[in-house]
Amino acid sequence: MTVRISLVAAGAALVLLAVIFELIRSRRLQERYALLWLLTGTVIFVLAVWRGALAAFADAVGIHYPPSALFIVASAFILVVLLHYSTVISELSEKNTTLAQRLALLEKRLEDKMPEADGGRE
Amino acid sequence: MATRLETLQAAPASGRRRLRTLAIVPALNEAEQIAEVIAELRDAEPDAEVVVVDDGSTDTTAAEARRAGAHVIRLPFNLGIGGAVQTGFKYAVEHGFEIAFQLDADGQHDPHELEAVIGPVARGEADIVIGSRFLGLGQYAAPRGRRLAMAVFARVVSIIVRQPLSDTSSSFRAMNRRALRLFAHEYPHGYLETVEATVMASKYGLRLKEVPVHMRQRMFGSSSLTIPLASFYAFKVIVAMFISLFRRRDFHLEENP
Repeated sequence: MTVRISLVAAGAALVLLAVIFELIRSRRLQERYALLWLLTGTVIFVLAVWRGALAAFADAVGIHYPPSALFIVASAFILVVLLHYSTVISELSEKNTTLAQRLALLEKRLEDKMPEADGGRE
Repeated sequence: MATRLETLQAAPASGRRRLRTLAIVPALNEAEQIAEVIAELRDAEPDAEVVVVDDGSTDTTAAEARRAGAHVIRLPFNLGIGGAVQTGFKYAVEHGFEIAFQLDADGQHDPHELEAVIGPVARGEADIVIGSRFLGLGQYAAPRGRRLAMAVFARVVSIIVRQPLSDTSSSFRAMNRRALRLFAHEYPHGYLETVEATVMASKYGLRLKEVPVHMRQRMFGSSSLTIPLASFYAFKVIVAMFISLFRRRDFHLEENP
């Protein structure tokens, strides 16, 4: 394994961490959703720099070429992040449905009380 | 939680049924015939109040329904059939209805058959009554693929709920307040929601019953389902049913004042 690949991986991880930091700083990303990403970036960075740990991990799981192990670890973290987002989307979509129903039911009550109020849609 | 509105008319003192009954009609772009469907419904079931849930129509469905004398709830955007019908269930629970039934806006359900569907619920024989197209009344004409899918659902659901059911995808159904409260709390989304809802109801110990009904040919329009979409939903329902077997029950059916 060349030093170059370690440098590239470490550099990419640092860029990722910097971007996440900036997104949180500018309030475009809530911390609770950024934590997984920060963890992902940190793990990739550590494994890229600490080549002994990467080699040990690769050896333990039977990967002959340590940079592939880095790839696997990164993919695994990305899968976890995606899965996490699926749960977030499901929850949002559920709440969205409930809100739409609530709104429609309240609008109906309003119309019953004030017949002229039709939500301005007619 | 649920408050009854003072303004609502009281149940009619005379008439076959004294139980306050609500017809839930989900509608999406049905302006052409919604008035006719409501008129026929009111004619057949004069004691029932009618609520049309407009699931984001872009035509004049809501105005037509209102003119025909129905309550109209307009969803701000399309939720899909499950979300639309659930809005009706919530309305029924909040406004103190004791029985509600579902009727499609496309004219397939014949309101003159409602007596058979509502009867067992009104008499307390079942919590949910399903009007089945496959119990010998009339011929239900559908493409072979769809009939096959319906038969598979019915078979699978029958095994899960340990009760023979012939038509789990029928949306021609009536239910009492126990079932309404459950469905207002939780109801499947998307197409074929009735299949999942049947399994759910049974898991909560609600009593199901099927009665034969005659289904008319769709009076207007055509099915909005395309084959790939139908396959997707069929697959989704199978998966959902399997998972629902392992799901925790987190709702109490009994009403605590």
